[in-house]
Amino acid sequence: MSDTAVSTTSIRGFWRSFRRSRMGLIGLFMFLVVVLMAVFAPAIAPYDPKEVVRVTIDDIYAAPSAEHWLGTDDAGRDVLSNFIYGSRVSLIVGFFASFISIFIGSFVGIVAGFYGGRAENILMRFTDIMLVIPDLPLAVVIVALTKPSLWNIIFVIGALGWTGSARLVRSQTLAVKQRKFVLRARSIGAGNMHIIRYHILPMVLPLIVVNTVLVISLAILNESTLSFLGLSDPTALSWGQMLNFAFTRGAMSARAWWALVMPGLGIVWAVLACTLLGQGLEQVLNPRLETHHLAVGVQMVDRGAEVQA
Amino acid sequence: MSEQQPIIELKNLRKLFPVNKTSLWEQEEKFVHAVDDVSFVLHPGEVLALVGESGCGKSTLALTLMNLETPTEGQIFFEGRDVTHLSGKPLQEMRRHIQMVFQDPYESLNPTMTIGDIVAEPLVVHRLEPNKQARQDRVVRALEDAGLKPASNFMHRYPHELSGGQRQRVVIAGALVLEPKVLLADEPVSMLDVSIRAEILNLLASLRETRGISVLFITHDLGTVAYFADRIAVMYLGRIVEMGGTLSVLERPLHPYTKALLSVMPVPNPRLRRERIILQGETPNPIDLPSGCRFHPRCPIAQPHCQQTDPAWREIEPAHWAACLEV
Repeated sequence: MSDTAVSTTSIRGFWRSFRRSRMGLIGLFMFLVVVLMAVFAPAIAPYDPKEVVRVTIDDIYAAPSAEHWLGTDDAGRDVLSNFIYGSRVSLIVGFFASFISIFIGSFVGIVAGFYGGRAENILMRFTDIMLVIPDLPLAVVIVALTKPSLWNIIFVIGALGWTGSARLVRSQTLAVKQRKFVLRARSIGAGNMHIIRYHILPMVLPLIVVNTVLVISLAILNESTLSFLGLSDPTALSWGQMLNFAFTRGAMSARAWWALVMPGLGIVWAVLACTLLGQGLEQVLNPRLETHHLAVGVQMVDRGAEVQA
Repeated sequence: MSEQQPIIELKNLRKLFPVNKTSLWEQEEKFVHAVDDVSFVLHPGEVLALVGESGCGKSTLALTLMNLETPTEGQIFFEGRDVTHLSGKPLQEMRRHIQMVFQDPYESLNPTMTIGDIVAEPLVVHRLEPNKQARQDRVVRALEDAGLKPASNFMHRYPHELSGGQRQRVVIAGALVLEPKVLLADEPVSMLDVSIRAEILNLLASLRETRGISVLFITHDLGTVAYFADRIAVMYLGRIVEMGGTLSVLERPLHPYTKALLSVMPVPNPRLRRERIILQGETPNPIDLPSGCRFHPRCPIAQPHCQQTDPAWREIEPAHWAACLEV
């Protein structure tokens, strides 16, 4: 095997082709920054946002100073600390909601694609219906009707965001199902479960991984939107909530730009990180993108042509 | 041929594929006649070659035989047992004894599995050899029987690291590991380099010698058939038009279609001028079959009555059958 062929079956080969994507590397770096910030929040943040502070009138929307690098918010709390702790909620919601989405989406996609027929019809029409309902208003309604707790928000975002994944996984399943090794497995005597487990899933998994990363960014954005609209767990400090507080509690008129800019930057940073990372992964893992296809199969293409000539 | 019980017997097997109606008002339902009224037997330890041009239904016949396509009509017998409508467990059990080797070794191996896993897969599916070591031993034996020696060099590699010939050996090893009684080889060498073809054919021939496996060898190339088949069946548009011992079919072809196929086979002597029978026209559409003998529009010796009468299957010489009115 020469060095030109890149195999995604090994970690090293995977890294070798991922390294070529500059966007992917930037995304990975940005993503790691957010994750590390969230994990080590207590160590990094100068103040504990849950701490009860005695405030004077001067502490409200205080401008950045040596004591508070990014100023304070309407309650006199340190914006930088809030910002650092806020990444936790954004990431928790992003991860868990996207796992729910991906799980439902992959299940629906694989079942619909693999079994076809009536199961496919019912599932995909249901997906279409879910797809045309605007997510945000529905999420607002559901969260408003239920208690806006962190887990409720995760569940709502997860339960509404699976449609794209379902369509994607279904189309990939359809393509894999037609391949000869599935026919071979059948001729060996393998049942549906075996074929899904050993032949469909491994071929669809790279796509699912890519999609998870992209869905995380959507989930983060959705969480911020809901929080901004005031539909958040009041005890869970998040970037969206910081924006909401700043917006509704007079940061604009106080000219406290720091209270608005920081959470906004955080959201953009996290969403951009996931999108770039997802696109980088996609170039390596998505079997539909040509670069990857050729990178793996150069030799196969050559030999095939030779035989037919 | 011996008179022992055939291992596989097909009786009037027919497989039609419905064609989507083109217009809303068209009431008549149409079918592609992929396999039409095919009967033959396969004896234990025998190599039967099924020859025909692309699209004549060879592969569909193999898939139908494996019950991967449900036959529309007719019966399939495996060791005297009717297996036409098996499903579930008994079907799995039957598939264990009939294994397939597919045409394209580049496509029939899962790129995400190692060679060892691919060859072990049939054992896992049938829950044979739950002991890991014993399973490993069987995989090694199958790989080495298929000519991949030493097997340890291949066990942990992925299909894309192997050449076409090696891959086809992996496919054969995967079929052998279950110790089947019948091998259905669907154009196993047509995608391979000519230099590798002989190796694979030798391998199949030696498997027949050592293990007594019956082989149904599907091909479009009469040249590879002469190499090791016991009998030849020639297929045209979903129907077998001639069947007999390899020598008698190759030396004394009866059906005009077989004659045409043989006449265009290249011969080593370039000075030898032979009369080539070039068939006129295209293969008819298998949806709208010609009336009477389905070969008559292209047949060089067609007579008016060929358009009306569908020729019956006749034993013209001992053990040499053909379906033609003019022989």
